[in-house]
Amino acid sequence: METKNIMIVGVGGQGTLLTSRILGGITVRAGYDVKLSEVHGMAQRGGSVVTFVRYGSEVAEPIVEEGCADVLIAFEKLEALRYAHFLKKDGVIVVNDWRIDPITVVTGAAVYPENIIEGLSKTHKVYAINAMQEAEKLGNVKAFNVIVLGLAARHMDFDKELWLDVIAETVPPKTVEINQKAFLIGYE
Amino acid sequence: MAEKKIMLGNEAIARGAYEAGVKVSAAYPGTPSTEISENIVKYPEIYAEWSPNEKVAMEVAIGASISGVRALVSMKHVGVNVASDPLYTISYAGVNGGLVLVAADDPGLYSSQNEQDTRCVARAALVPVIEPSDSAEAKEFTKLAFEISEKYDTPVIVRTTTRLSHSQGVVELCDRAEPADKPYERNPAKYVMMPGNAKGRHVYVEQRMKKLSEDGADFAINRAEYRDTSIGFITSGIPYQYVREACPDASVLKLGMVYPLPKKLIEEFASKVEKLYIFEELEPVIEEQVRAWGIDVIGKEAFTVQGEYSANLLRRAVTGEDMCLTQAEKVPARPPILCPGCPHRSVFSVLNKLKIHAAGDIGCYTLGAVAPLNVIDTTVCMGASISTLHGMEKAKGKDYIKNWVAVIGDSTFMHTGVNSLMNMVYNQGTGTVLILDNSTTGMTGHQDHAATGKTLMGEVVPAINIYHLCKAMGIEHVQEIDAVDLKELERAIKEETKRDAVSVIITKSPCVLLKGNVFPNVCRPVPEKCKKCGACLRPGCPALTKNADGTIAIDETMCNGCGLCQKLCAFDAIACEKR
Repeated sequence: METKNIMIVGVGGQGTLLTSRILGGITVRAGYDVKLSEVHGMAQRGGSVVTFVRYGSEVAEPIVEEGCADVLIAFEKLEALRYAHFLKKDGVIVVNDWRIDPITVVTGAAVYPENIIEGLSKTHKVYAINAMQEAEKLGNVKAFNVIVLGLAARHMDFDKELWLDVIAETVPPKTVEINQKAFLIGYE
Repeated sequence: MAEKKIMLGNEAIARGAYEAGVKVSAAYPGTPSTEISENIVKYPEIYAEWSPNEKVAMEVAIGASISGVRALVSMKHVGVNVASDPLYTISYAGVNGGLVLVAADDPGLYSSQNEQDTRCVARAALVPVIEPSDSAEAKEFTKLAFEISEKYDTPVIVRTTTRLSHSQGVVELCDRAEPADKPYERNPAKYVMMPGNAKGRHVYVEQRMKKLSEDGADFAINRAEYRDTSIGFITSGIPYQYVREACPDASVLKLGMVYPLPKKLIEEFASKVEKLYIFEELEPVIEEQVRAWGIDVIGKEAFTVQGEYSANLLRRAVTGEDMCLTQAEKVPARPPILCPGCPHRSVFSVLNKLKIHAAGDIGCYTLGAVAPLNVIDTTVCMGASISTLHGMEKAKGKDYIKNWVAVIGDSTFMHTGVNSLMNMVYNQGTGTVLILDNSTTGMTGHQDHAATGKTLMGEVVPAINIYHLCKAMGIEHVQEIDAVDLKELERAIKEETKRDAVSVIITKSPCVLLKGNVFPNVCRPVPEKCKKCGACLRPGCPALTKNADGTIAIDETMCNGCGLCQKLCAFDAIACEKR
């Protein structure tokens, strides 16, 4: 199989590492070779973070490069815009319709762009969801990232049951049910 | 069938150490090396510790090796500088049990103060370096490093980079070997490195490196892959993967041992390919040696010495291909910042208000250098805050530093700051030192240290008391202040900076991300009282933003209820209340 390239982008602290762990888990369970690349340390402190997941019959490099991503999963709108050029032709964007102002905007040194999702939709296939709102309805706002993952899962070729299994294996035991529910909100 | 697991590069190194039968591991945390120790401690067969700094860690591993067991020491690239004193000399003495140093370089400076290449240190110290290309190799090469170490009587460096350390790949697990401890025999000619003995050992070291270079031609980890021979690459580590990605048909000499280089193998490969590239991140270490042998190559004239490589970088330089369809959008930068509720923010907001400059150090609090806090003026290396402030005073006189302080974290203070403080006392400085004590090593993800009262293996031990430590140095003026008490902070800083004597202010408040921390409060805006002055926004808490009408919004999912914004509001327009 040709290597599939997934990117997860967001703001440090939004749980990109958990999401990539679920993605890594499912690709191994499905019998693929997989490589993931993460950001730790300084870059996690509220900065822009990016995680790469690549799977296929044999994967060489662990990063996704500009012009090569099949799916861009963004936990925040501005981050979707920042990394949109990583997408290949026909690549899709799955974005949490949520705004977090970077410090450069808070201090007035920069302006947060308007109508990001509308703009991206002109050039890309964009699937947007207000996952924060959905997660709040579910009763745990922290589960928003798994909702976004559920929406992205529609663009990957794994069975629903396998997703739910891997989520159960990956998240803390107490949060299995809520994370599975969150996943299904995005997926269905 | 052997169990397969997806593992972080660092986790795979830890697994390799376990399978190699390592009995002792020592380290000081540093991105991107930290997870090696955090995974080693999961194996009860290995004694694992956080040492106060990399020099101590190196010496602990050396002691274990001399006593006859396999020992691992791990650190980030700049940690190798701290450990270089023992490293350069243990290279002469050699080992008893296998001794492996994992050095994690950081091309691209994801979390570091420089982009140094450990291979240069290794060349100077005459220590062999092996370099894996993915998690599976990280495990296997770590095991092999112990064999090389014992066979050639040398410490061995396993070099990794951020990309390798923080990538995950599939690893096949093996059982742990239990090599018998090597017998210990007193051997001063080998282990007492005084001039007469070291002279003899230097002869041995030169022979050893020559032998390794010759034998390297037959090492399985140095592998020539012949495909299309019109283009050939000599490469290693993660860049090997970029070559495979961008030029899958090209011939490749994949070097697992990057120092010393296998001359015979390189000459043979060079003779078989028409155009020869050397693709190595950072310094032209392989290139310079290969050129010195009179072999014509293309290296740094085509590829940069700065930053991380990629397959796209290779394509552009070699094949002229470009995968990029569009340019990156110009969007507002999102640099890392101090967390909401971080106690450093309140300390910096006071320093900012008092227009005090800070000689800074290495840790989360380095972020106090950037807007809107703009407090830290200098950052060099671990422990440097106190000594650079002292140097300023000796250059310009004590009045010059009346509006200066040194700021250093608790872990960094225990690392090397303590030496600098001794110097300030001994040489009659008058500086004011702020020890930002958040009870952990924050930036690297919460590791314990000698002043936290807990070890890497989870034992509860007596904590070294920083207050008493300073007092024991003879410092009369040491104050402990709650880091989020703005009034007290202001009073203490004004008082101590005026003083013509060394003084220490220990600001105490645990890191907000520390496990077990609870945040019963949350800050909420009271819009009708808001005068839109922006005072609450000044310290740059990420939970606070401005509404379109100029009033304040607070993101309750981010707020930790520290109350800093409330204290800064003169109009009671922010309430700090129970969640």
